Amino acid sequence: MESFNTLIVVLDSTVRLSIPLLLACLAGLYSERAGVFDIGLEGKMLAGAFAAGAAAAVYGSAWAGLGAAILVSGFLALVHGFASITHRGNQIVSGVAINFIAAGSTIILGQAWFSQGGRTPSLDAESRFGAITLPFAEAVQDIPVIGYTYYELISGHSALTYFAFAMVFVTWWVLFRTRFGLRMRAVGENPAAVDTAGISVPWLRYRAVLITGVLCGFAGSYLALAQNAGFVKDMTAGKGYIALAALIFAKWRPVPAMFACLLFGFLDALAIRLQGTPLPVVGRVPAQLFQALPYILTVILLAGFIGKAIPPRAGGIPYVKER
Amino acid sequence: MSTPYAKLPAWADYGLIPFFNLVVAFVVAGLVVLLVGENPFRAAAIMVEGAFGSGRNIAYTLFYSTSFIFTGLAVAVAFHGGLFNIGGEGQAYIGGLGVALVCLSFDSILPWWLTFPLAVLGAAGIGAAWAFIPAYLQARRGSHIVITTIMFNFIAASLMVYLLVGALKPLSSMAPQTRTFAPGGQLPKLNWLIELFGGTVRSSPFNLSFLLALFCAFLVWLLIWRTRLGYEIRTQGFSAKAARYAGIGETRIVLVTMMVSGALAGMMALNPVMGDQGRLQLDFVAGAGFVGIAVALMGRSHPAGIVPAAILFGMLYQGGAELAFEMPNISRDMIVIIQGLVILFAGALENMFRPSIQTLFASLGAQSSGVSASSSERA
Repeated sequence: MESFNTLIVVLDSTVRLSIPLLLACLAGLYSERAGVFDIGLEGKMLAGAFAAGAAAAVYGSAWAGLGAAILVSGFLALVHGFASITHRGNQIVSGVAINFIAAGSTIILGQAWFSQGGRTPSLDAESRFGAITLPFAEAVQDIPVIGYTYYELISGHSALTYFAFAMVFVTWWVLFRTRFGLRMRAVGENPAAVDTAGISVPWLRYRAVLITGVLCGFAGSYLALAQNAGFVKDMTAGKGYIALAALIFAKWRPVPAMFACLLFGFLDALAIRLQGTPLPVVGRVPAQLFQALPYILTVILLAGFIGKAIPPRAGGIPYVKER
Repeated sequence: MSTPYAKLPAWADYGLIPFFNLVVAFVVAGLVVLLVGENPFRAAAIMVEGAFGSGRNIAYTLFYSTSFIFTGLAVAVAFHGGLFNIGGEGQAYIGGLGVALVCLSFDSILPWWLTFPLAVLGAAGIGAAWAFIPAYLQARRGSHIVITTIMFNFIAASLMVYLLVGALKPLSSMAPQTRTFAPGGQLPKLNWLIELFGGTVRSSPFNLSFLLALFCAFLVWLLIWRTRLGYEIRTQGFSAKAARYAGIGETRIVLVTMMVSGALAGMMALNPVMGDQGRLQLDFVAGAGFVGIAVALMGRSHPAGIVPAAILFGMLYQGGAELAFEMPNISRDMIVIIQGLVILFAGALENMFRPSIQTLFASLGAQSSGVSASSSERA
C-alpha cells in the first residue's frame, strides 16, 4: 500500500510537471505542421508567464492574467510569422531572436515595474488557477486504490490542466477531422499544391502560428498562475526546448505528444523524488542524468535508432509564390 | 518579388542594409528603455562612456569581445557551410573542460607559454569532438543539426554540473569549481597594450587570448576564401546539389565544417577560464555562445565584419555593466534584448528594407542616367 501511494504521488507530480510541456508541445505542433519551424516556444512561454504574473498581480484576477499572456505570446507569434512568412526570413534565426527578446525584456520590465529582482508580486489564491476538486472526490478518497487514485491523481488539478488534456483530443480532431487541419497539414508538406488549389498559403500559416502563440500563452499562464504563485525570472528554464524535443519524439502527432510529455514529466518527477536515494542494481544515479535524459532520448530518436522522426517536408522553407 | 529591382552596389549590400537593420534594432531597444522610464539617449551616452571612457573600461570591453570573436567565427564558419550551429554555447562550455584538464595537469610543471598551446589543443579538440556528434548525425543519420545542437547544449550543461560538483571539485571545497590554477596555468594580461596607447589600466581580465582570437579571425579568412577546402565549404553552403554534382563529399564537408566551428567555439573557453578566473566555474560561458549568432549575422559571416561586431557587443556588455550602476532599473539583461533585436532585424528580417532600398537605388539610377542622357543631347 505504501509503495502504491508513493507511486500515485509521483504520478501526480508527473502530471503537474508535464502540463507546461504538453501545452507548449501542442502549440509547436500547429506551427510545425504548417511548415513553420518554431524554436521560439521557450520565449513565447516565458513572455506569457511574465504577462500572466504581472496582469494577475495588477488586476487580481487569474483570467486577466491568462488574457494578457495570450495577447503577449500571440504578439510574439505574429512577429515570428511576419519574419518567416511575410519576409521569408530564416525561421530558426527568428525563433532564436524571440527567445532572447523574451528572456531580456521579462527581467528588465519586471524589475522596472515591480522592483522585486525580476519577480512579479506573489499572488493570493484569488488571482491564481486553484485546484478543482472533482465531484465525489472527497467522498471516495478512503476507498483503497481506485478511490485514492481518483482523489489524488485525477481530481485536484487546476482548470488549465484539464484544458491541456482536452486540447490533445481537440488538436487530434482539428488536425485529422477538419478541413482546416487537412489544409494545414498539406501546407506543411507541399505548399505549392495548396496554392494551386486556390488557398492562401500565408493566411493558413499565419493562423497556425497564431494558434501556437495562444497555446504558448496558456503554457506560460500555467507556470505563473497554477504551478507557482507569480512569475520568477527565467522560470521556463529550457521547458520550451524539452517541449520541442517531445514534439519530435512524438513525430508531430498529438496523442503521442501527450505521452512524450508525460514521459519527460515523469523523468523530472523521478529525479526530484530520487534525489540522493540509491536505486537497486545501478546504485546512485546522478540527478543530472535525469535532467539530460529527455535530450539524450531525443538525440537517439533523431538519429533513427528508435523508429524515425520525419519532420513535415516543407518545414523551415519559406514559400515563394512566383519566381 | 514581383517588381524587378536594381542590383545593389556592394557598399549598399554590405554596409547600408546592415546599418539600417542595426539602427532599427537600437531604436526598438531605445523604446524599451523609454518604457522602463529612463532616457534612452542618456543611457546610450553612459554605455559608450562605460565602454571606452578609460583605459580600464577599454580593457574590459576587449576582454568581452575576445569571447565573442571566437563564438562569432564559430557560427560564421558553419553558416558558410549552410549549417546553423546553435551549439556554440555547449561547445564552449565543454571546451572549458579541455582547458581545465590541461591546466590542472601541467600548471605546476610547465611555464604558461608551454601550457597555453596544449590548452588551445585541449579546448579546440574537445569543442570539435562535441560538435562532431551532431555533425555525424546530420550527415549520416539525417537528423536536423539545429535540434541536435540545442540538445547538446543541455547535455553539456548537465555533464559539466555533474563533473563540477563531483570529480573536478577539490575535496576540501564546497563551491562547484576546480582549484585555482598555479601561475603555469594562467595567461599573462595584455594591459600593457592599452597602456602603450596612453590609457591607464590598474587591473583587468584582458589577456593574451585576444591576440589568439585575432589570429583565428585571420585563419578563418584564409580557410574560407583562400583554400580549396574553404571553396568546397562555400559551395556546399551555396548549393548542396551543385556541390554533389561537382564531386564534393557532403559527409566530409559537414563533418569538417562543424569540427572547425566546434573548435573555434571551444577555444572561447581559454579567455574566461585561463585568462581571467584561473579556474573552471559553473556557467562561465554566460551566453557568449549565443551572442556569437548575433555577431556572425551582423558581421555578415566575414572575419572583417565579425571583429567589429564582436567589439560592438563587448562594448554593450561592458557599457551595460556600467549602465546598471547608473540606472538601477536597467540591468545587464538589457543586452540580451538588444542581442535579440539585432538577431531579429539583422538576421530574420534582413530583407525587410531591401526592396525599398533597391527601389530607391533604381529610381536614383534612372534619374542619373536620364540626366546624363539629356546632357549628352545638349552637347
